[in-house]
Amino acid sequence: MSADQEQAERTIRCLVAKVGLDGHDRGAHVIARAFRDAGFEVVYSGLHRAPEEVVQAAVQEDVDVLGISILSGAHNTLVPKILEGLKEYGAFEDTLVLVGGIVPDGDKEELRSLGVAEIFGPGASMDEMIDYVHEHAPERN
Amino acid sequence: MSELVADLLAGEHRALARVISMIEDRSPGYREIVSELHRHSGTADVVGVTGSPGAGKSTLVDKVASTYRDRGETVGVIAIDPSSPFTGGAVLGDRIRMASNAGDMDVFFRSMSTRGSLGGLSTATTDAVTALDAFGKDKIIVETVGAGQNEIDVVRTADTVAVLVPPDSGDDVQMLKAGILEIADLFVVNKADLDGADRTVGQLKEMIHHRTDASGPEGHGTDDDGWTPPIVETVANAGEGVDAFVSAVQDHLDYLDESGRREEKVRSRYAAEVRTLLREDANALLAEELEARGGVDPAVDRILEHETDPYTVVADLIEPLESCLEERRQG
Ligand code: B12
Ligand SMILES: Nc1nc2c(ncn2[C@@H]2O[C@H](COP(=O)(O)OP(=O)(O)O)[C@@H](O)[C@H]2O)c(=O)[nH]1
Ligand SMILES: [Mg+2]
Repeated sequence: MSADQEQAERTIRCLVAKVGLDGHDRGAHVIARAFRDAGFEVVYSGLHRAPEEVVQAAVQEDVDVLGISILSGAHNTLVPKILEGLKEYGAFEDTLVLVGGIVPDGDKEELRSLGVAEIFGPGASMDEMIDYVHEHAPERN
Repeated sequence: MSELVADLLAGEHRALARVISMIEDRSPGYREIVSELHRHSGTADVVGVTGSPGAGKSTLVDKVASTYRDRGETVGVIAIDPSSPFTGGAVLGDRIRMASNAGDMDVFFRSMSTRGSLGGLSTATTDAVTALDAFGKDKIIVETVGAGQNEIDVVRTADTVAVLVPPDSGDDVQMLKAGILEIADLFVVNKADLDGADRTVGQLKEMIHHRTDASGPEGHGTDDDGWTPPIVETVANAGEGVDAFVSAVQDHLDYLDESGRREEKVRSRYAAEVRTLLREDANALLAEELEARGGVDPAVDRILEHETDPYTVVADLIEPLESCLEERRQG
């Protein structure tokens, strides 16, 4: 009996992370609140995190979604470090990695090929992002 | 042994993280996992840290964790934040203060929301503590906003409970009177750099004095048997007073061991756990039975018509269980 009952709907957990020297945190706050209002549990990292800290948080918090917010232009060096760290701890396969902020079109393909699922820039709609998470959050059992 | 449990016991962070998720979600199989982990637990010291939002709990926890690390101990932290009553979602911000232990995997920090209220936040927290303990953490810190009964139940499961009181917080001293005073093993006047710290220390001293008066050796006190909660002053963001805090915690743990109180506490904690689980499971079982008989509404209809009454409805539901158990006891 208990098995059925305990299979309540799983809450989606997200980490919204600011990495590097980037002090632009408005977007991260907006996203964190929108995700909360969509019923997600959002762990917010705070500003100026090193890639290792983001990895530590994503692994320990066992998030379904890791959303990295970068407006500093340093995505090409920081994002790969985070992805490597996730792999090291066996967390890459079942974490949906999103990047938000300022990413020039020319860099997007490279990030995707490394394992970033989607990239959201200025003006991206909340509904679009929330729907995306609902659709792509990893299946787990 | 399940693979997940084996991985956790082998020290894999990812397995520990996943087990805690299963506990929070009450995923199928989580019970078996907690059962298996139980026998590997029982060695960690559990410290509860509570106080109003903004009191400086997370900042202090970060510094305390790094002090334990300097001493060669491993640390687990569970930080509980309220979830939105409307959406069930939450923004968990305690991790923001985690700055002293950046990238140190031997501090396992986990944010939890209060969503577990259906099954009991305290059950989920207790189980998560069991997982951290079985993983081999030496010290486990549980941070919670000491707001409601739910949260008081949570910190109560700790060996040592520290209550933070910021200076000149008239409201907080009021709140202390309403229940938190009784569970405090030590008080922390954090933000001792701000005006009013001395006054707050004075108020607390007075309150503790009254408490020991009322419940002294001859009294009928709640848990008084020789321990008077000390007051520690800290400036958590500057790291001041953290060593004093850590030794006050150690003093209390030593007291628990020497007085035999630790064993008593463990016993009553397990007793409470058994009772809680029993209540939950019995509830679930009977709720299912009620559902199978068409739910509560038809019964209410009949009560409204005065064809039956609440006592009879419940007696009908309980009767088969009662007679089955009776039979087994006799057989
Ligand atoms: C406001 C602003 C500031 C404010 C920041 C205040 C704050 N606390 O956030 C201040 C004035 C401090 C500032 C400073 C600087 N800024 Co500025 N700033 C901006 C500006 C005008 C708007 C950013 C913003 O807040 N937008 C509103 C939010 C809601 O949008 P958003 O962050 O883009 O988020 C949306 C999406 O990107 C996405 N998203 C973002 N994060 C995430 C995360 C997840 C998980 C998901 C799913 C989605 C997502 O969803 C959001 C909603 O649609 C931009 C220009 C622009 N139009 O973007 C420049 C801009 C980002 N800044 C820039 C620069 C250069 C600087 C400075 C270096 C300037 C200087 N020379 O001093 C400093 C650096 C400060 C620092 N320490 O990092 C450049 C960056 C250039 C680059 N990357 O190549 C920009 C692009 C301006 C430009 N065109 O040159 N800045
Ligand atoms: N002045 C002062 N500020 C502090 C002290 N400790 C923490 N803070 C600040 O108080 C705010 C809330 O701290 P936080 O640890 O998040 O509080 P929590 O909600 O109780 O976990 C932060 O801005 C801290 O930097 C202190 O001892 N003195
Ligand atoms: Mg906190």
